Amino acid sequence: MRRVVSLFLPHWSTDRLRRKIAKLSPDRRDGLILDRPLATAIPDHGRRIIAALDADARALGIRAGMTVTKARSLAPELQVVDAEPDNDLQGLRDLALWAGRRYSPFVSPDAPDGIWLDVTGCAGLFGTEKALLKDLHRRIAGSGLSLQIAVADTAGCAHAVARHVPAGRPVTIEPGAQRSAISILPISALRLPMSDVEGLRRLGFERIEQLIGTPRAPLAKRFGRELHRRLDQALGLLHEPIEPIFPEHLPQARRGFMEPIATAEAFAQVISDLVEDVVGQLACIGKGARRLDCYFHRVDGNTQAIRVGTAVASRDASHLAKLLSSKIETIEPGLGIEAMTLVTPLADVLAPRQGEGLENRGRGPDLGALVDALANRFGARSLHRARPQPSVMPERSVVISRALTKESGAGWDDDLPRPARMLDRPEPIDVIALLPDDAPRLFVWRRKRYRVTQGDGPERLHGEWWRESGDEADKALIVRDYYQVETETGGRYWLFRLGDGVNPATGTMRWFIHGAFA
Amino acid sequence: MRQSAVLEDLRARIARIEGVGVRHDALPFGIDELDQRLPGGGIAAGALHEMAGSPDLADDASATVFLAGILARMKGPVFWCLRWRDLFEPALHLAGLHADRVIYVEAGNDTNVLLAMEECLRHAGIAGVVGEVGKYSTTASKRLQLAAESSGVAAFVFRRAAKAEQVAEGTAAVTRWRVTAAPSEDLGIPSLGRPRWRVDLERVRGGNPHAWIVEACDATGRIALPAALVDRPAAAEDRKIVA
Repeated sequence: MRRVVSLFLPHWSTDRLRRKIAKLSPDRRDGLILDRPLATAIPDHGRRIIAALDADARALGIRAGMTVTKARSLAPELQVVDAEPDNDLQGLRDLALWAGRRYSPFVSPDAPDGIWLDVTGCAGLFGTEKALLKDLHRRIAGSGLSLQIAVADTAGCAHAVARHVPAGRPVTIEPGAQRSAISILPISALRLPMSDVEGLRRLGFERIEQLIGTPRAPLAKRFGRELHRRLDQALGLLHEPIEPIFPEHLPQARRGFMEPIATAEAFAQVISDLVEDVVGQLACIGKGARRLDCYFHRVDGNTQAIRVGTAVASRDASHLAKLLSSKIETIEPGLGIEAMTLVTPLADVLAPRQGEGLENRGRGPDLGALVDALANRFGARSLHRARPQPSVMPERSVVISRALTKESGAGWDDDLPRPARMLDRPEPIDVIALLPDDAPRLFVWRRKRYRVTQGDGPERLHGEWWRESGDEADKALIVRDYYQVETETGGRYWLFRLGDGVNPATGTMRWFIHGAFA
Repeated sequence: MRQSAVLEDLRARIARIEGVGVRHDALPFGIDELDQRLPGGGIAAGALHEMAGSPDLADDASATVFLAGILARMKGPVFWCLRWRDLFEPALHLAGLHADRVIYVEAGNDTNVLLAMEECLRHAGIAGVVGEVGKYSTTASKRLQLAAESSGVAAFVFRRAAKAEQVAEGTAAVTRWRVTAAPSEDLGIPSLGRPRWRVDLERVRGGNPHAWIVEACDATGRIALPAALVDRPAAAEDRKIVA
């Protein structure tokens, strides 16, 4: 199932200017002030009219298309600068390329104020589609752009919803639900020429549902085919291809075929040819691929892509070809593939080595190859190493790092006993203890009674009250007293009491179990 | 190539075709009573081994550290495939398995854990691969055993929270172990002695099952027989009947 994200940047021109100005030192800002309403203007028949404006300016009653003179009369504090449509477009392309590196091989600028992302099959890297959208939203909003995001099965539906459903978070149209999602939206959401929208409005058409329920022929006679083409695209009855863009300065290779190909063997052969090409180009610029996108251009105009990533920059042709080939099965060849393109959206510096491609033979295991194979199958986030981190709280003494980070040699304290299995969250238990400083004699966990024969402790840990977002145990004066206890069957558990057992200010005196020892 | 080398190569090939498996090294425990019961005198590399604790968290913890101790004494990187994280890495460090040697694969479910294991087992030069699963099938065990045989990597399937009475399906594993906590020696002071485990060799290809009480791994991953029990192997036999 295809899933397309439409990203709408309602104030792209002014947001972009503001971001640019913010980077300059105050004396080079040409008198522009960041938090005043801002608009751009273009010349029009000898006068200047407003082209784009920000939310503040809109709140003052200014609209696009108004003359600058009139806008100034409405709001004297309005700042007007010349529009730079070329720079706006270039900026949009750059933003799309950035999103392409991070989220999906399929990105395209949707001028003048949006981006398309085809995220079909891309959610795996982030876990779920929701997580992907959340990450996208967070990063773009964090860079100071106002935005609205929608995802749907069709580009038309996502486009319409992103622009007409003002929500502070990404809107997800469930698969197959595009009809109900767009039916209540106004006709103008269909990306039609203004004249058609006006014409339809005069005929009494306000919402898309009215259009869906009306016989097509009379309308087509009056408004042409465009009207129903847009409607069918939004409903998913007609395929709307998105032509992906990719950075031109990075290594890439393309093969067109006389006869369309459709078998996995043929794809694998072409992939290894393309990889050879790209690896040669990478060697010339002294880089190695971190990410590879292979596009399959189908005879019917549809394009599909597979993306693989590597944990460390690589120029190993057979390794890269193997990674790509393992994903061939996701391609639907349909009537055949007429061209294939291999692009390197992300490359890192990799020094040339002697006997390239042979370096790993006979010298230890090729961990990079294995890590890549696993990462491309289960997602890069599923692989990690554990590293010690100085922290008083045991659950924070482990930090995870990327699978192929340099070996640090650092380990944990050899003297502190630590359990082999930890409970994600300490669970409350009922306890019988004799003295405040003694280990419990008996505890009940998950309705089972454990009789304690011996115990060690307490190991007193003081909460890290200096942390801003610490949990309950991290407030000032709160103490955890840990006991290692052995039950009558020999099982060893890690129990703690919040508080020192004497002073109630140090904790609630409740008991918890936190893990089990060997 | 010398003639004998040619012959050796041919023999190895025939062995591989027949599925007998090329003989890989075995890692001894360094305790005669254990090693002599294992074909090859230890934990065979290039073979599949099964580990289990019990539904009791402390028993699974014991099995974890028992396994970590074996891996600590092998050479090379270790891949530990989990369904999710409840493993506390410092404990592996305490058994001698250094953090730099282990790469964790959080695969999410049993199927993916087994797939990840198989992928890892195709790479020669790794010390060992651990997969924590709830259930796995005979077919899966055969695939893992074949993959381990061809690369020479030791494979360990760790059946999490496996009940003792739950009869395991016939698997292709060379050995099957169950490790549970056992009461430690009473030192007579309010402090804990070295932990003890009951180690059950429930199944071994070409050998007989047996059970021992051992003292847990030291900082280099070595287990030991309790001094008091060394002279009384009968005690271990008694416990076996109880189980």
